[in-house]
Amino acid sequence: MEITFEHVTHSYNVNSPTASLGLDDVSMTIKDKKFTAIVGQTGSGKSTLVRHINALLKPTSGTILVGDRKITSETNNKNLKSLRKNIGMVFQFPESQLFEDTVQKDIMFGPMNFGASAREAKAAAKKMIKLVGLDESYLEKSPFDLSGGQMRRVAIAGVLASDPETIILDEPTAGLDPVGRFEIMNLFKNLQLKGKTIILITHNMDDVANFADEMAVIHSGKLVATGLPKDVFNQQDLLKEDLLSLPKSAEFARELSSQGFHFDKLPITITALGKEIKQQLGD
Amino acid sequence: MDKIILGRYLPGDSLLYHLDPRGKFLLTFYFVGIVFLANNGASYAFLLAFVIFAVYLSKINFGFFIKGLRPVFWLILFTVALQLLFTPSNNPIWHWGIFTFSKDGLVIAGYIFMRFVLIIFISTLLTLTTTPIEISDSIESILKPLKKVNFPVTQVALMLSIALRFVPLLVDETTKIMDAQRARGVDFGEGGLIKRIKSFVPILIPLFVSSFSIAYDLAIAMESRGYKDGEGRSKYRVLKWEKRDTLTILFMLGLTVILLFLRSY
Repeated sequence: MEITFEHVTHSYNVNSPTASLGLDDVSMTIKDKKFTAIVGQTGSGKSTLVRHINALLKPTSGTILVGDRKITSETNNKNLKSLRKNIGMVFQFPESQLFEDTVQKDIMFGPMNFGASAREAKAAAKKMIKLVGLDESYLEKSPFDLSGGQMRRVAIAGVLASDPETIILDEPTAGLDPVGRFEIMNLFKNLQLKGKTIILITHNMDDVANFADEMAVIHSGKLVATGLPKDVFNQQDLLKEDLLSLPKSAEFARELSSQGFHFDKLPITITALGKEIKQQLGD
Repeated sequence: MDKIILGRYLPGDSLLYHLDPRGKFLLTFYFVGIVFLANNGASYAFLLAFVIFAVYLSKINFGFFIKGLRPVFWLILFTVALQLLFTPSNNPIWHWGIFTFSKDGLVIAGYIFMRFVLIIFISTLLTLTTTPIEISDSIESILKPLKKVNFPVTQVALMLSIALRFVPLLVDETTKIMDAQRARGVDFGEGGLIKRIKSFVPILIPLFVSSFSIAYDLAIAMESRGYKDGEGRSKYRVLKWEKRDTLTILFMLGLTVILLFLRSY
């Protein structure tokens, strides 16, 4: 599903002295079946933005189009299930959403809410637990007996079990070890290659460079840049104003520039960097 | 979640914000007490004029006080209706079975209504202009004399301020967990009573789990920084009693004297 924001503004605590602008006239399109990364400083409005996609928040003004579904300030809180079934959302520290007494029941919770039969939900649980890299023996355990990293995987399985078309990830790898982080990111990339739309909120620019097809930069509730990562990371004005930092490879390339190397465009992945260096050394 | 106005602080800047919270706290209770001294139209009008004056001094939009009435609206309506219909009278205007409607009843209902409004306005004024932490500091300071009888004043104050600190934290946590479960297809406020109650299990369990872990982390953080009973600790927020606070108390005493004059015996 293509997701389009049209002049979306969201203010918190309307009509109170503590009112604040969460989003300020954001218009953007998130392409179908692509991996889109959303970056920005803490408090810039990234989480506010994505919560509009499944109508957890409604815009103060403007519209959001999710496929052919329209969300405005008037949207009713009822009948949102069909929308939410197709939009899986992995929140920051999703392990805090676990509540059932077994892992299996917790993974089944989503699908059952969206109308799957117990048999279908059980099958989904079996499939998803393997997908997130745990084996079937975990299904009978209590989620509260697992380690933090395992809980995270179970929570992600619980979201994926409803088989959503679009998956929104709000810093899904925060606090995980490097191996776990790489596995989880690969899992989402593979899901996208199989036809899902992925929206990733992250502070890790290497993840953006390595996995995202498109990126958007948000600052103080405003959209300041969109486009391909390799183009956006080369927008000097963003870097100068500290709205964006560089992936490690691009940072390295920038250091090399002062040592006689020359890059028309900073390479953002390790492969691209390696290629450039090889070429320039060969000359 | 953010509709509760009673017990919520509103950042602002006016004389009432700068008064010593201990004075404000005690005077609020004092005022609630003297509201019961009023027993005729003139004395109620006088108190109302004072409350309106205080609201004016606070520079807070009057709408916030009206909102403060909302949670107790039904209680007020119920009490007023009881007074209207059950006040015994010698010359009822209307009489049916156990119900009596009379001028006396109307007057008493009016007084009761005024009491509610006065008490709620003045306590809303306290909570709107005083941060919860200031209130807990003043409770600690007011309870201090009880130390003599081995009452654990510092521990109680610590408990109070930790509890207050946890409120916004738990509100955030609840919102977050509700959002997460909504995204997994829970529809709060849909279906019959049992279904509605059941839909709260996915919120309550995670909320319990995370409050315990937050509490545990806090305890460890406090211990590792060497926290031991509050004895002999200096204060980060020092309460300072100033001339204007004494003047406010004198002002309230003057108010009481006038009230006693207006009161009919």
